[in-house]
Amino acid sequence: MDLGPGHIELAGVVKSFDGFINAVDGVNLKIPDGAYCCLLGPSGCGKTTILRMIAGHEDPTTGEILIGGENVVGLPPVARRTAMMFQSYALFPHLTVRDNIAFALRVRGLSKAARYRTADAMMEKVRLTDFADRLPAQLSGGQQQRVALARAAITEPRVLLLDEPLSALDEHLRVQMRQELRAMQRDLGITFIHVTHTQLEAIALADLVVVMDKGKIRQAGPARDIYDSPNDRYVAEFLGGQNVLSGQVRTVNGHHAEVAALAGSGIRVPLTPGIHVDAGDPIAIAVRRDDVELVRPGKAPAADTVALAGKVTGVEYQGYFVKVLLDAGGSADFVAYVSERKFFSDPVGIGEAVLVTWPIEVARLLR
Amino acid sequence: MTAAEHAIAAPVSRAVVAHAIAPRSSGRPWTFYALCTVFVFYVLALYGPMICIYILSFQDVRGGLVFPMKGLSLHWFVDLFTQVRTGDVKGAFERSVKLAAIVTVATVIFSFLAGLAFRRSFPGDGIVFYLMIGSLVAPGLVLSIGVGLLLHFIGIEGSWYTSAVGAQLSWTLPFGVLVMFAVMSRFDRAWEEAAYDLGASRWQAMRLIVIPILAPGLVAVALFGFTLSYDEFARTLQTAGSLNTLPLEIWTMTLNVTSPSLYALGTVTTIISFAIIAICLGTIATIQKRRASRAPTG
Repeated sequence: MDLGPGHIELAGVVKSFDGFINAVDGVNLKIPDGAYCCLLGPSGCGKTTILRMIAGHEDPTTGEILIGGENVVGLPPVARRTAMMFQSYALFPHLTVRDNIAFALRVRGLSKAARYRTADAMMEKVRLTDFADRLPAQLSGGQQQRVALARAAITEPRVLLLDEPLSALDEHLRVQMRQELRAMQRDLGITFIHVTHTQLEAIALADLVVVMDKGKIRQAGPARDIYDSPNDRYVAEFLGGQNVLSGQVRTVNGHHAEVAALAGSGIRVPLTPGIHVDAGDPIAIAVRRDDVELVRPGKAPAADTVALAGKVTGVEYQGYFVKVLLDAGGSADFVAYVSERKFFSDPVGIGEAVLVTWPIEVARLLR
Repeated sequence: MTAAEHAIAAPVSRAVVAHAIAPRSSGRPWTFYALCTVFVFYVLALYGPMICIYILSFQDVRGGLVFPMKGLSLHWFVDLFTQVRTGDVKGAFERSVKLAAIVTVATVIFSFLAGLAFRRSFPGDGIVFYLMIGSLVAPGLVLSIGVGLLLHFIGIEGSWYTSAVGAQLSWTLPFGVLVMFAVMSRFDRAWEEAAYDLGASRWQAMRLIVIPILAPGLVAVALFGFTLSYDEFARTLQTAGSLNTLPLEIWTMTLNVTSPSLYALGTVTTIISFAIIAICLGTIATIQKRRASRAPTG
């Protein structure tokens, strides 16, 4: 079967630096050719180690790494046809932009004229022609990133590996360069693997988001699945955007489990295929913050909704929506995202009691 | 912003800026003058004694070893290079420069390699480090006597180009390594990894990336090696064998030469030391300038 040159498969990959702790602990992952994949997780979760193992800067302790169907463990980076963009870009400080970009061709033994021709064409592509003779220190952060990208792309890799490529930039530039990365990936048509600890960056860019924790993959899937349907508590909390409530299953009927939350009446939750629950099991459920509606006490909530008593503990204006912090359902940091217009049509203040409601069907059981 | 708004905003912001950068009305605090005085004394204490020597070396034929200054001429410099009674200054100078050159090359090579080795930690790296630095603490004269004793015991004749090289390296290498560590601390390993990532071999990464980036630091190590060796006395005393290096020659002269030609020698050696420092700093500056100015020529 032809998988495409940039298809990546990790099979049972384990990496231990000290022989005691596994920085990467049994990772299985398939990344389709030409996909934009984000490895997302807090620092120390093993995401950078995975990237470096795919790049060939580390070898897995056990397990296989296949690129385009062939095992590349033990091969040097060039033989893998991967290229890496380092976190701080690692531009060579003593070489001009042109010489930085042409470096890969230089070590291949191309003549000066030949490598400058190719480098100049590449600089044209990433709009660096005017800066060809500058040193990296004389460039802005965004320009440095483009040099790093061009320097990596000139090797015509089948996989481009990016280690926190946007972390060195300020907020405004980050959003702009995010677009450029995505456009570049579409242009080149190769697999991009991008390591980040920023949730928004991952879901904005990736075809495939891989959420990691302590060397293990917690969930891998399209961005929308990860955000909307987190598998477990960790993913729900790490991605944000969800309220996670804990409780105990009271009863289970055919379609719904009733969860006894810590406070107030029971919460009905639809059953998820594949998650088996019995009465008495401890369980966590997730409700999207923007699915929550606040209702004044006394007003009847709509049919088929869950309604919990809550108290407003904070209000943050966010522009197009308002973030209302609540104490509800046994959670002291329950959050509702209320659209701006809706909020100001009947604003609630700190300390006010409200009913926190959501349609039964939108809540999810977590593993 | 419309033009009208600009017109309103501009004077306001200018006023704010003017206020922000207005100098404080009070002058410098008294501590400034106190510290200045301390600094002047510090500089005088550092350079005063040397400057006395330089001044006294320019006396004429009547000159003595103490102030006041008698006349003004280059008599004692001529005397230094013409009179045999002052000793073998020329030979000693040549030996010192050759010895310093040998020591410098060895210091640069080994410090560079040590710097590379310590890029990442390895088992026992702390012990190795302290072993390297430890010989700085050993009293030079004692070390020199020890080397002399050992050579005598083994039955090898010591000379300036064998035993003295070893003894001096025990002094210059730790310094070289310390300088190299300071240089390496600013070396980002990602540069090397990026080079490998782009297909460079180990040797290409070394030649095209590591050495060029570290070049100014290596020149600094060389400078240390040369000046430390060229001025070395204590460790060379019992190890130089039968022929003197320059510092040993000067020391001998202080015992039997009673003319300002001794001072003239001091002036000449100082000029040579400073010339070497100037050459090294010039080299570093040239390396950096060439990098910066490659820009317009392309």
